[in-house]
Amino acid sequence: MTGPFFDAMTRVPDLLAAHLLLSAAALVLGLAISLPLAIWSGRSPRVARVTLGVASLVQTIPSLALLALFYPLLLFVSGLVGGGIPALGFLPSLLALSLYAVLPILRNGVTGLAGIDPAVIEAADGVGMTPWQKLRLVEAPLVAPVLMAGIRTAAVWTIGAATLSTTVGQPSLGDMIFAGLQTQNWALVLAGCFSAAALALAVDALLGTIEHAIARRRRGLALGAGGVLIAGVLLALAPLWPTNGTVVTIGAKNFSEQYILARLIGDRLEQAGYRVRYRDGLGSAVIYGAVSSGAIDIYVDYAGTIWANEMKRRDVPPRAAMVAAIGAWSAKTSGVKLLGSLGFENAYAFAMKGDAARKLGVASLDDLVRAGPQLKFGSDLEFLERPEWTAIQRAYPIRFASARAYNPTFMYRALESGQADVISAFSSDGRIAAQHLTVLSDPRGAIPGYDAIVLVGKAHAQDAKFLAAVQPLIGRVSVEAMRAANYRVDRDDAKESPEAAARWLGRKIGVIR
Amino acid sequence: MAQSFPSGPAVVFDAVTKRYPGGTVAVDDVSIEIAGGSFVALVGSSGSGKSTLLKMINRLIEPSEGCTRIAGADVAAEPAPMLRRKIGYVFQNIGLFPHMTVSENIAIGLRLAGIPHDAARVDELLDLVDLPRDFATRLPEALSGGQRQRVGVARALATAPGLMLMDEPFGALDPVTRDQLGHAIRALHDRLGLTTIMVTHDMAEALILADRVLVMDAGRIVADESPRALLGGAGGPVAQALVAIPRDQAARMRALAAESTGKSA
Repeated sequence: MTGPFFDAMTRVPDLLAAHLLLSAAALVLGLAISLPLAIWSGRSPRVARVTLGVASLVQTIPSLALLALFYPLLLFVSGLVGGGIPALGFLPSLLALSLYAVLPILRNGVTGLAGIDPAVIEAADGVGMTPWQKLRLVEAPLVAPVLMAGIRTAAVWTIGAATLSTTVGQPSLGDMIFAGLQTQNWALVLAGCFSAAALALAVDALLGTIEHAIARRRRGLALGAGGVLIAGVLLALAPLWPTNGTVVTIGAKNFSEQYILARLIGDRLEQAGYRVRYRDGLGSAVIYGAVSSGAIDIYVDYAGTIWANEMKRRDVPPRAAMVAAIGAWSAKTSGVKLLGSLGFENAYAFAMKGDAARKLGVASLDDLVRAGPQLKFGSDLEFLERPEWTAIQRAYPIRFASARAYNPTFMYRALESGQADVISAFSSDGRIAAQHLTVLSDPRGAIPGYDAIVLVGKAHAQDAKFLAAVQPLIGRVSVEAMRAANYRVDRDDAKESPEAAARWLGRKIGVIR
Repeated sequence: MAQSFPSGPAVVFDAVTKRYPGGTVAVDDVSIEIAGGSFVALVGSSGSGKSTLLKMINRLIEPSEGCTRIAGADVAAEPAPMLRRKIGYVFQNIGLFPHMTVSENIAIGLRLAGIPHDAARVDELLDLVDLPRDFATRLPEALSGGQRQRVGVARALATAPGLMLMDEPFGALDPVTRDQLGHAIRALHDRLGLTTIMVTHDMAEALILADRVLVMDAGRIVADESPRALLGGAGGPVAQALVAIPRDQAARMRALAAESTGKSA
C-alpha cells in the first residue's frame, strides 16, 4: 500500500481530528443560537421574518469571505477590550461556521413549528400545559424529525465549509486541499477531499439514524448513534491530551517555497527532539499575526512584506538596514525574534518571455512605462492590492492594456500561452530559469528588499536548543539552490513533494547528511 | 365506578364583553348564571359568539371587560394552566397528541398534575367512554373519528373535573357516531354529576341533550329557555327560526312515513 495517495493519507488523522472538533463545536454553537431563535420565531411571525431574513443574508456571503471578515472584526473587538482575543485560528473559524449553521436549523425549526396542527396546540393549552410543558411534551417531539433534517443539512455544510478555515490559520482537511492545489499535488487534494466527504457522509448517516430512530420512537437506536458521534468527538480530542515533548507549530504561506522551507525547518527541529506540526496555507496578511499571537511558533517571511504590510513603511532602505529595523520592531512590539536571513531574496519581479522582451526592447521597468499600454499584465491574486504595486506605480507610471489576477501556477501558464505578456513573478521561482524568462530591472529602486527571514514566536525566542536547531540555516540558502528546490515541486513532470524537495535542499546546502 | 363525584360547580358570566382590535364585538355584555350540575347548550349560527363565550370560561380567550366566575371564584385569580387542569375541554378538532399512545393521551392531565402513570385509571376511563381496553397502546392515527373523540372525552375526564366545556364536540362526526356519542355524554353527565356547557349550531342536538338552551345572536343571548318551552314556541324569532329547522324536518319525515304506510296499506 504505497503511492502518492497513500502517502498523502498519512497526513489525514491529525487534520481529520481538528476538522471534526471544529465542525462539532460550530454545530453545537449553531444549535445554541438557532434553537432559541426558532422557538421565539415560532411564537411570532414578525420575529420569524427578521431572524430568517438575517440568517438568509448571512448565507449569501461566500463562506470564504465570512471567514476572512472575522479576522478584522476580532482584531477590532480585541482592540476594544485591550487585547487577548485571538483573531486567527479556532475562534474566527468557529464563529463563521456557527453563523453558517444557523439558517438550516432555524428554517426547519420554524417550518416544523408552523406545521403543527393548531388543534394539537389548542388541546395542549386546554389540558393546562404551561408554555414550557407545551414545548417539551408536544412541540419538541413533533418538530424533532423536521429539525433533525435541518441539523443534518447544517452538519454537512459545516464540514464542507470547515475546509476553508485553513485560510485563517485553523488546521483542517483544507490544509491538504490548499497545499495540494498550490503545488499541483493532486493526490494530496484528492486525499483531503475524500476525507472531508467521508466525514460528512459518516456524520450525516449517524444523524440520519437518530432522525429515523426518533420518528420510530426507538430510543435505544437514537442513543446508540448519538453515542458513536460523541465517541468520535472524544477521540478527536485525543491529540489535545497532554503528551511528552514540546509540540512546535511551523507556519507556511500558500506556495511551494514556503512549504519546502517549513519542512526544512521542521526536519531540523525534529532532529533536535521536538514534535512538529505544520500550519500550511496561511495568507500573508494573517501569518505575522499568527506568530505574534503564538498560533504558530516559527515561519519564514520576506522583509519587504513585513516592512510594507505590518510596519506600514513606504520608504525603501538598503536590504541589511531593513532587516535590522524589522528585527528591532518585532522584538519591541510583540516579542517575535528575527533569527536572521536565509540568504536569498524572493522579491516581486516583473518577468517577460525572453524573446518577446528582446523584440520590444524592454529590459527595465522604465522601458515598461513606454511599452505597457500594448501589453497584458498577469499578476498573482494579491499583487494588485499590495502596497508594493502602489510603490512601483509611484516610481514608474506604468499602464497596461489589461490586468488579470491568477493563481501563481496558472500565472506562469498564462505567460507561456500568451494570455499575459508581463507577469508579477517571484525572483526565487524555479520557473524563471526553466521558462527562459527575462526579469526586468528596477533602476529607481522602488521594489523593497525581500530577504527571506526566519521569525520565531515569543514562546521560543529565548529557547537556546530551539534556536540552535534552526541557526545553521541562516545565510546558507542561495537563490540558485532555492530556485532549484522550488522547481522540483512546481515543474509539470516528475513533481516532488515539498518534503522530498526539502530533504534535497537540506543535502544541497549541507545541513542534512 | 366506585368513585363518586360531587355535583359540578356553578358558572357565572358577569357583564362579559370580548372586543377585537378593529372593532368586532364577538361577545357583547353577557351576564348569566349557570347552575351547578346542569347541562346547558349554547346555540347560534356561525359568528354569533357562542364559542368565544365558552372559551372565556377556561381563558383560552381573555375577556375585554367583565369577569367569569366558577363556584364563586374569578377565573383570572390563578394562572391559566392551573385553572384549565380543573376543567374538562372537548372540541371539534379533538387535538389528540399524535406522538402519544391513547393511554398517554388520556393520562396527560394526570401527568401534568405529577401523578405517576396509572394503567388501571386509564382502563377505567376507556370503559367510561365505551372503548376496548386494548386501545390503550394504539396511536391516534389508528383510530376512527368517533373513537378519537371518545379518547378526547376520556382525556377531558381523566382528572375528574366537575366542569365540562364542549365546543362543537360532534361537529366532525358522522350522524350515527354523533348520536351515539351524544347519548354517551349525557349519560356521563348524569352519572358523574357534572356541570356541562356545550356549544353547538345544531338545535336538534341541543333540544335532545340539554336541560337549558341559551340562544346567541350577534354576541348577545337572545333566548334562555328549556327545550320544552322552545318547542312550545317561546324564545323569540331567532330561537324559533333555529327550532323551525328540525321541526320542519320531523314533520316532513312524518308525512313521508304516512304516505308510504298509506300506499302499503
